[in-house]
Amino acid sequence: MESSLNFFTGFKFQDLLFLGEAAVRTLLISGISIAAGTVLGVLFGWLLYEGRIFASATLAPVLDVFRSIPLIIQLVLFYNFAPIIGLSLDPFACGTIVLTVYTAALAANVARGGIEAVAIPLRRASRSLGMTYWQDMIYVVAPIGIRAIFPAWVGVALGVMKDSALVSVLGYIELLKASQILITRTQEPFLILAVAGAFYFALSFPVARFADRLEQRWSQ
Amino acid sequence: MDYNFHWRPVFRDLPELIEAGLVTLQVAVLSMLIGIVVGIVLAIMRMKGTAPARWVAVAWIELARNTPALFQLFFFGFGLGAFGLHLSPFFIVLSGLTFNNAGYLAENFRGGFQAIPETQMRAARCLGMTATQAYVRIIIPQVFRIVYHPMTNQMVWAVLMSSLGMLVGFRELSGETQFFASRTFRIFEYFAVTAVIYYVIVKLILGFSRVLAMRLFRY
Amino acid sequence: MIIVKELHKYFKDLHVLRGIDLVVEKGVVLSIVGASGSGKSTLLYCINALESIDSGSITVDGEDVHAKGTDINLLRRKLGMVFQQWNSFPHLTALENVALSPRIVRKLSRAEARDVAARRLEHVGLGDKLNSFPNALSGGQQQRLAIARALAMEPSYMLFDEATSALDPELVGEVLDTMRLLAEEGMTMICVTHEMGFARDVSDRVAYVHDGTIEEIGPPEQIFGEPNSEKTRRFLSKVR
Repeated sequence: MESSLNFFTGFKFQDLLFLGEAAVRTLLISGISIAAGTVLGVLFGWLLYEGRIFASATLAPVLDVFRSIPLIIQLVLFYNFAPIIGLSLDPFACGTIVLTVYTAALAANVARGGIEAVAIPLRRASRSLGMTYWQDMIYVVAPIGIRAIFPAWVGVALGVMKDSALVSVLGYIELLKASQILITRTQEPFLILAVAGAFYFALSFPVARFADRLEQRWSQ
Repeated sequence: MDYNFHWRPVFRDLPELIEAGLVTLQVAVLSMLIGIVVGIVLAIMRMKGTAPARWVAVAWIELARNTPALFQLFFFGFGLGAFGLHLSPFFIVLSGLTFNNAGYLAENFRGGFQAIPETQMRAARCLGMTATQAYVRIIIPQVFRIVYHPMTNQMVWAVLMSSLGMLVGFRELSGETQFFASRTFRIFEYFAVTAVIYYVIVKLILGFSRVLAMRLFRY
Repeated sequence: MIIVKELHKYFKDLHVLRGIDLVVEKGVVLSIVGASGSGKSTLLYCINALESIDSGSITVDGEDVHAKGTDINLLRRKLGMVFQQWNSFPHLTALENVALSPRIVRKLSRAEARDVAARRLEHVGLGDKLNSFPNALSGGQQQRLAIARALAMEPSYMLFDEATSALDPELVGEVLDTMRLLAEEGMTMICVTHEMGFARDVSDRVAYVHDGTIEEIGPPEQIFGEPNSEKTRRFLSKVR
């Protein structure tokens, strides 16, 4: 009798609230970073496409650095670098900045791919119809390009959502950090990890499935 | 800016850091090798398996792809502790990375298998090959070419993911760096050098993969 | 000798083969002609067990193809098969394409297998392409490669499933010439084909398949000259 009761004694209702709050923080930091990073990434992607040689000699290698170094190292580096140049940033701000740049580095490649997906002859056709550069970009390149890259972008966004767990290394209490704290206190590792894992899964899986479906439908 | 950079202690410890970089490479390569084998098995289970086999494969693949890598590492770290199973830091990282690699690679392999026309199998069987011979000699070599690029990317991911080892007490490159950094309080300097080492490792892998591709894929 | 007796085959509700009886003796070249969907390719696939059968029997040199205890891998070594789609293995050179099966199925040594392969490629006129990859070969060359690959297993019979149908018109000739060469060397062949010229000039016997049955079978002079069946006459007048 006692053992069955024991199973939940360590884990109280407040703890669930604590996890819930942390989950909201996960959503918050990844939401902001994905939004800002995507805008920045599209800008970079456009520069990479239009800048040709100059961009591939300057911007591309810089973005590549962010894809070649573990995110956790980027976080620790920036967190310790900010005070050196006189910035005092809390973990949230610091994490958001790093995640945003990281997202932008990933999204830039995706965005460039999207612009490239709209073949040059097609663009020439629209330009010869008398569209301006920006009309062409907005009415021809964007609709076709977005279709081509939407699934890849969803992949990037979900990746960043999952990677936001690493901001915990700066002491920011997002979902996984909160789980860790609770595990130390309650000694219920399996239960708590299962709750945290289920949250990520419930967020990621349907979106990933949806993107797969769209990709299949669009490719037909 | 009145911060004084101190690089000397980092350079003194550089040999240890590079050695730790080899540990990183080691665990990443190992997790890839096992991940490839398991990934192929999962892909075949998902495509051709009985219902329970398919269910196991789908669960593995979707969990690996839809939860954070750090979560997976924590699971193999203290999650298994609930069942009295305590892995060493090395095995926590190895099993976490392998679980993740296998899940992602399985989907790559599945795409690869589906891209090979059915008629290749038919032609091989008509030459008297058994199904196993046909898989090993005809189908899988072609699949490998299709998944080679995604596999290289996954290898890079494995290296980057292994840095999570520092959160479960594994002294790979990041863990070692943290150890040194906390001893000297030169956190920025140590991690800056480590970032460079990671960058070099990643570039070496990509370069090696390109050379290997030229030798492997003659067609 | 290949003997087909009272063969029936269904695809779900579709009765594709409706009682086929056929004897192919050693050294005979048999052409099977007929409209698409008449079941002639299915008949070929049943002979080397790429398709199962629903009733009747097929024996090759006295061995029942569809019996439970039959080692189908062993039996298929006797039955060389060439498809409409040539199915070259793209990751292997022409030589490796041909040498692979002799080595791993017939267990020849590496050197022996290479020898066999080189000779077979020479035989089909690809002696100068040994180290080319399939993607560097034309469709006709790839089809000849497929023939060499099948021959390297030293089969007793060769089955051709519309071997020239997927080729560009200007490449058909070289493949037909190779098939003709084999026929002249005395190979036993069953050719499902749309090439009436080939059927008339090269085969010893021609079978006209209609709606899953053999409507008429006989020497080419009879089938093409004075067919007994009105259906045969009508089919031939359409394809010529």
